Amino acid sequence: MKFSATWMIALRALRRNPMRTGLTMLGIIIGVAAVIAMVAIGSGAKAEVAASIEQMGQNMVMIISRAARSGRVHMGGDSGVALTKQDYDAIRQEVCGLAGATPEVRANAQVAYGNENVNTTIYGVSEEYPAVRAWRLERGEHFTGLDIRRATKVAVLGQTVAANLFDGGDPVGQMIRIQHAPYEVIGVLRPKGANMMGRDQDDLVLVPWTSAMVRLTGETTFRSISVQAESAERIPEVVEQITELLRQRHRIPEGRDDDFMIRNMQDMLEVATSTAQTMTVLLGAIAGVSLLVGGIGIMNIMLVSVTERTREIGVRLAVGARGADILLQFLVEAMVLSISGGVLGIALGYAVAHLVSVRFGWITLVSLDSVALAFVFSGAIGIFFGFYPARKAAGLDPIEALRYE
Amino acid sequence: MSEQPVIRLEALDKVYQTGEVAVHAVREVSLDVFPGEFVAVMGPSGSGKSTLMNLIGCLDRPTAGRYWLDGEEVGSLSPNELSRVRNQRLGFVFQGFNLLARTSALENVELPLLYSPQGHSRRELRRRSRVALERVGLGPWARHHPSQLSGGQQQRVAIARALINEPALLLADEPTGNLDTRTSIEIMAIIQQLNQKGMTILMVTHEPDIARYCRREVMMRDGRIVSDRPVVDRRDAAADLAARPEPDAEVPA
Ligand SMILES: Nc1ncnc2c1ncn2[C@@H]1O[C@H](COP(=O)(O)OP(=O)(O)OP(=O)(O)O)[C@@H](O)[C@H]1O
Ligand SMILES: [Mg+2]
Repeated sequence: MKFSATWMIALRALRRNPMRTGLTMLGIIIGVAAVIAMVAIGSGAKAEVAASIEQMGQNMVMIISRAARSGRVHMGGDSGVALTKQDYDAIRQEVCGLAGATPEVRANAQVAYGNENVNTTIYGVSEEYPAVRAWRLERGEHFTGLDIRRATKVAVLGQTVAANLFDGGDPVGQMIRIQHAPYEVIGVLRPKGANMMGRDQDDLVLVPWTSAMVRLTGETTFRSISVQAESAERIPEVVEQITELLRQRHRIPEGRDDDFMIRNMQDMLEVATSTAQTMTVLLGAIAGVSLLVGGIGIMNIMLVSVTERTREIGVRLAVGARGADILLQFLVEAMVLSISGGVLGIALGYAVAHLVSVRFGWITLVSLDSVALAFVFSGAIGIFFGFYPARKAAGLDPIEALRYE
Repeated sequence: MSEQPVIRLEALDKVYQTGEVAVHAVREVSLDVFPGEFVAVMGPSGSGKSTLMNLIGCLDRPTAGRYWLDGEEVGSLSPNELSRVRNQRLGFVFQGFNLLARTSALENVELPLLYSPQGHSRRELRRRSRVALERVGLGPWARHHPSQLSGGQQQRVAIARALINEPALLLADEPTGNLDTRTSIEIMAIIQQLNQKGMTILMVTHEPDIARYCRREVMMRDGRIVSDRPVVDRRDAAADLAARPEPDAEVPA
């Protein structure tokens, strides 16, 4: 018997009962659609997290002072030494594989222009900040090494500050006052939007770190230093060199913990994306359960249908069908149900993912992988859940089947 | 007739075991049917006619005894070989038609071809089942479902299905049961014509009038064959039909 004949037989059998066929398929459609949509939402979240971390700077390594973290209060010998200008200079001079570096000091301050004034955060950074943090300027220029050395009073504004103070006008070349001292605006940063926690990242002003230390914070140490490795491959050696250098400079004896922390963006990315990945898997698994339920639905219908169609099976056996023909017919029926359900489910899942991204503004990613997986899985469900009823049908005795009422 | 019998039964027994009670439906039936014969199996209700037909049709297995079909012992065949025999060598017309519901006459007739090992093309399937339907006068009803056909028409669909694979042996279990006289004679005319072309036919009937269209008459009672004799006053169904007034022309709904 030709396989095409089996196809024909199976399709005819399904067509004979469109209602039952449709309802059975619905289980698979919903299951597959749920998997596709959930995985799309999860992958979208993962991509979003990854993007926002990458936004912090490529190949960035951050050194954070433990002393600074404990609120600058020296707590005996253990609290260690804060990050100093000398540490910063040593890192710049002695560590190989650096593309750039910037210290970071921070102060909240009032910034005024004319009658407008806003409270914002002032960041003291180096001339390499835009490169290290992958944050380019929209207008004007960033300050130079000379500005750092001379501690000039220049400022680069974040979008929010620029908008609040200048209300659409061009701030470049204007004089603003930070804590009553006049600064010249030389540039405006590109907008970055809110971060993952919802904080507005554009609400800031950058000034040379030297100026910030002298005029705003009054401190002599940094809360953190960010450096950029030349490439992702060089991150580990950069981290190692900095650790070595700082331990030596801070005179930390063998066996003692570092008095600083090194945060590697690559690691943060991995942690964050693996969290998002876990969420994706979880969502997918929940949706997978509904797919499983859909599969059991197929088995249920097929079992009922074997009983209901016992006479039909008897007639087929009587006119010369072999057990294998019956088995194949029921398997093909189950597979047609599950695969066409799968295809429709993929389409529906895609539509749901699209709707979610349009309606809620979430990023959703329908990956080819999940589509392929859903397709293969629904086919497998057809075979798996179709097999038992099919075997039951194939094992029927012709005369018993014909006599069945 | 010295040639090999199509059917040779030797002390065939069939016992149905239902709970405590054992029903001996067929007892020690021995029978030879030769090529080209046209046998009527008669007997009262419950005498084991259908049971015997099912055994001969390879649908059921005997409790005891032996059965040779075309010289081949059926008891030694595997289920798959039995399927092949049913498909290729036998045509079976059931007492209750056994057509597939919600399936057109054409697709019902096509069924044995789908399971035949030759693997026909779709076009060939259609063509052959059309021819088979036309042979039983149902050409215009090809698209109708069993529920849209009269009893006689359904019976003819069942006959067309039995004939589609051109079997050498036709087994018909009451092909004229529940049909009016004229329709019965029409069916008998079809069957007689098949027999004239050389087909061996075994047919169950409990109507003596119908048995007169056959050539040999086997009588059963309580599972045994009690008489086996040739039909003496044989009738010709085509002639009987010609002698009767024409009914209103059949037109599909
Ligand atoms: N599946 C079965 N299980 C148990 N007993 C059965 C079964 N089929 C038939 N019988 C019994 O076997 C006997 C013969 O039945 P069978 O159907 O062969 O009779 P029949 O001659 O065809 O009758 P009818 O003319 O009414 O069709 C009956 O007594 C019947 O009750
Ligand atoms: Mg009977």
